[in-house]
Amino acid sequence: MKYAVGIDLGTTNCALSYAGVDGDGDDRNDAPPVPLPIPQVVAPGEVAERTLMPSFLYCPADSQFPPGSLALSWYPNARDVVGVLARSQGASTPGRLVSSAKSWLSHAGVDRRGEILPWEAPEGVPKLSPLQATARYLGHLRAAWEHAHPEAPLDEQDVVLCVPASFDPVARELTLEAAELAGFDEPPRLLEEPQAALYAWVARRGAAWRKEVSVGDVILVVDIGGGTTDFSLIAVREEEGVLQLERVAVGDHILLGGDNMDLALAYTVRARMEAEGKELDDWQVRALTHGCRAAKETLLGEGAPEVAPLVIPGRGSKLIGGTIRTELTRAELDAVLLEGFFPEVGVDARPQTPRRMGLTTLGLPYPADAAITRHLAAFLARSATTRTTGGDERSFVHPTAILFNGGVTRSPMIRERISAIVTRWATGEGGVGPKVLEGIDAELAVSHGAAYYARARREGGVRIRGGTVQAYYVGIERSELAVPGIPPRVDAVCVAPFGMEEGSEVSLPQAFGLVVGEPVSFRFFGSSSRREDTVGTTTTPAQLAELAPIETALEGLRTPKASEHEQAASGAIAEEIVQVRLHARVTEVGTLELSAVEDAPAGRETPGRRWKLSFDVRGQG
Amino acid sequence: MEPLAFGARLWLALTLPFRVLFDGLAARKIVGALEGELLSLSEAKIELQGELEAKARAPEPTVKEIAPEVDHTPALQLLAILQREGRFVDFLQEDVGGFSDADIGAAARVVHEGCTRGLKDVVTLAAIRSEAEGDAVELPAGYDANLNRVTGNVTGEPPFKGTLAHHGWRVEKIRLPELTTGHDPTIIAPAEVEL
Repeated sequence: MKYAVGIDLGTTNCALSYAGVDGDGDDRNDAPPVPLPIPQVVAPGEVAERTLMPSFLYCPADSQFPPGSLALSWYPNARDVVGVLARSQGASTPGRLVSSAKSWLSHAGVDRRGEILPWEAPEGVPKLSPLQATARYLGHLRAAWEHAHPEAPLDEQDVVLCVPASFDPVARELTLEAAELAGFDEPPRLLEEPQAALYAWVARRGAAWRKEVSVGDVILVVDIGGGTTDFSLIAVREEEGVLQLERVAVGDHILLGGDNMDLALAYTVRARMEAEGKELDDWQVRALTHGCRAAKETLLGEGAPEVAPLVIPGRGSKLIGGTIRTELTRAELDAVLLEGFFPEVGVDARPQTPRRMGLTTLGLPYPADAAITRHLAAFLARSATTRTTGGDERSFVHPTAILFNGGVTRSPMIRERISAIVTRWATGEGGVGPKVLEGIDAELAVSHGAAYYARARREGGVRIRGGTVQAYYVGIERSELAVPGIPPRVDAVCVAPFGMEEGSEVSLPQAFGLVVGEPVSFRFFGSSSRREDTVGTTTTPAQLAELAPIETALEGLRTPKASEHEQAASGAIAEEIVQVRLHARVTEVGTLELSAVEDAPAGRETPGRRWKLSFDVRGQG
Repeated sequence: MEPLAFGARLWLALTLPFRVLFDGLAARKIVGALEGELLSLSEAKIELQGELEAKARAPEPTVKEIAPEVDHTPALQLLAILQREGRFVDFLQEDVGGFSDADIGAAARVVHEGCTRGLKDVVTLAAIRSEAEGDAVELPAGYDANLNRVTGNVTGEPPFKGTLAHHGWRVEKIRLPELTTGHDPTIIAPAEVEL
C-alpha cells in the first residue's frame, strides 16, 4: 500500500491527512483523505491522540516535570514537548514557550538559523532557531506517521507540505531545510495553503465541482487562521474543452487571525471590569481570553443570543467562591470584532500604515491595521490586471465565488459579512456579488486538500496551475564613473518572471566575471505587482520588496584539468576569474533555485560548471 | 464483543461455581459485568403502569477495603481529566451551602464546558434506545435485561408494553491517554506554585 500524505504545518495547529493510492479496487482511490491521530503529551505523564497538534514547543526547567513524564515512544528521553501540553503549559509560563515559529521562519528581519526563540526569553532558557522549531513539529508528525504505519515509511510515500501562498523563495527553502533536519530524506513537495483548501473543496464535491463553477469565474480564497490571514485568487479557464484552475494572485502574509480577535475581546471586557472596580490578574486574563473565544463562537453562530455569559474561574481549589461572572454582549462583539476587524469600508480603502518610529523592535511584523477588509480591498485592487478582470475596465478584481477557510470563517456571520462587503464593492462597479463555495472542514481542509493533490499528481485529476507568486530581481551595480563618497547606483534586473511553472529554467543575458574563492553577494528583490516583466527587465529597487541577499563563496571552484598541486605551483588558485550567468529554476518541489553557470569557453564541448547560490538568512535587522 | 470459544466456556463452566462460592470479590465482579456496569452507565428504564413490585435482589456483598490487585488507574485517570478540564473535583469538594444559585450556576458553566470537552476526548457516548423518551415501547420475549430495566407493574412474562422513561447511556468507545512509566495516577491535580 502506498499513501498520498498531506501535511498542514499551521501557525497555530498542525495536521496530517492521508489517502491510499495504487489501491486494490477502483473505489479505493476515491476514498476521501483521513486525518492521522497524532499522539502527544496532553498532561505530564499522559499521552493521547488528537487530530490537531498545536504548533507550540515548550522547554521546561529541569525540575519542572517528573523525570520521564514527557516521554513518547519515539522520544523516551524528552527534554522538551510539543502539542497540547506545550500550549497549555506555555499559556501560564510564556517565557519558555516557542510559538508562531512559522511566522518567524518567514521574517526577513531576524537570523532564521540563529537560536532566538522563545523570543525575549529570560536568561537560562534554552533557545532554538525558527528552523529548529519548525523541524521539531515536522519531526513529531513524521514520527507519529512511522509509529502508526511502520510498514510504510514516510520517505516512500507521496508527501505534500503546505506553505502560505505568501511565503517567499527564502521561506520556502527554509521550510524544506527544516524537513530535511526533521529526517525527511526525500524533500516533500510544497503546495500553497489556499490551493490546498480549494483542492479540499474539489475533493468534497467530486465530479460535480465542474458544474458549480464556470469559465471566467474568479475564486477568492479567504483563509483566516489562528494567527495569519491569506488571500489568493484562482481563475477558472478552459483548455481543450476541459475546465482548468489557475492561481492568478496571492496576497501578503498578514499576521492577523482569530487569536488577535479573542485578545481584543478580552481586553475590552477587562477594561469594562476594571471600570467596575474588578481587577484581574494575568491568570484570570488568560481564562477570560479562553472564555471570550467560546463566547465569540456562541454570538457568531446561527440563531445567536444577544448576550453570552463569561465565567472566569478562580485559580485556587475554591471554584465557586473564586469565580467571577460577567458577559459579552452583541454590542461589544459588533464594536470590537465586526467594526475592528471587518469594517464596512469602500473598495478604495487601504490599510493604514504606522507612523515610522525612530527605533523599531525586531519582533514579528504585526500589521498596524487590524481591518481585514481593508487588506482585502488593497489585495483585490492590486491584483487587477487584464488577465484577472477579463479585460474589463474595473478598478479591482470582482471575484465570482468565495471559498472560506480557517477557524474564524466557520462563523456564518463572518462569512456573510465578508461576502456582503465584496458584493457591495462589485455592484458599485456594475458587477455582481460572489457566491460562497460551501462544504470544507475549516480545520482539516488544508491537510485533506494536500493529500488529495498528492494523489492527483500520481493518478491524474484536476490540478491548479500557478507558477511563481512574484517576479524576482537581483541587484546589479551600474558600471559608471566612481564618485568618491557616493555608493554606486544599483539596478534591479529580473531573473525570474511572475508565473514561472515548476521545472522551468531561465537565464540572465548579462554575464559576470566572478573571482575564485571570493565571497559574492547579490541583493535580491521580489514584486507581486510587476506581472509583465520578463527576464532581463531592469527597474529600480525602490519599487520592489527586498528579500534576503543571495550569497556564494564560489568555493570548490577549480579548473577541472589542473590538480591542486599544479595550481599551487602556478599560483593560479586565487586568481582565476570565471565568466558566469545567473540561472533561475523552479524545482519540482516548488522552490526557486538560483545558480551561477559558467559560460563554456568557445570550442569546449563540456557544459559549463554550475554552482548553486544560497540565501543569506542571517537577517538585516 | 466476540463470543468465547467453546473450550474457554467449558473451563469457565467448571471453575466459575467454585470461584463464586469462595471468592466474594470475584462474585461481585461477575455480577457487575452481568449487570452491564462496565458499559451501561445507566440502563434504559421502562416505567410500567400500575402497582409497584419490589424487586427481589441479592444482598450486596460487603467490600471492606480496596483490594490491592484491582487496578484503579483508569478511574483515577478519568477523575484527573475531569478535574483538569472542568475543575470537577474542586466543584464537588466545595461546600455549596453558602452560595446563591447564580454563583453555583456560574461555576457549573466552567464544570460543564470543561468536563464535556474532557469526556468527549475520552469516551464516545450513545443512547441505548433510539425512541424518544415518553414514547411507547415494547420489549419482546427474551429482551436483554442488561440494556433495559423494567420498573412499575412488572407481572407476567414478556413481551412487555410500557413507556420509555430514560433512553439509557452506553459507552461505545473509550480511549484513555496512555500513561508514561512512573506516573502516579493518584495525583488528581498537583499543587500549583506561582514563581
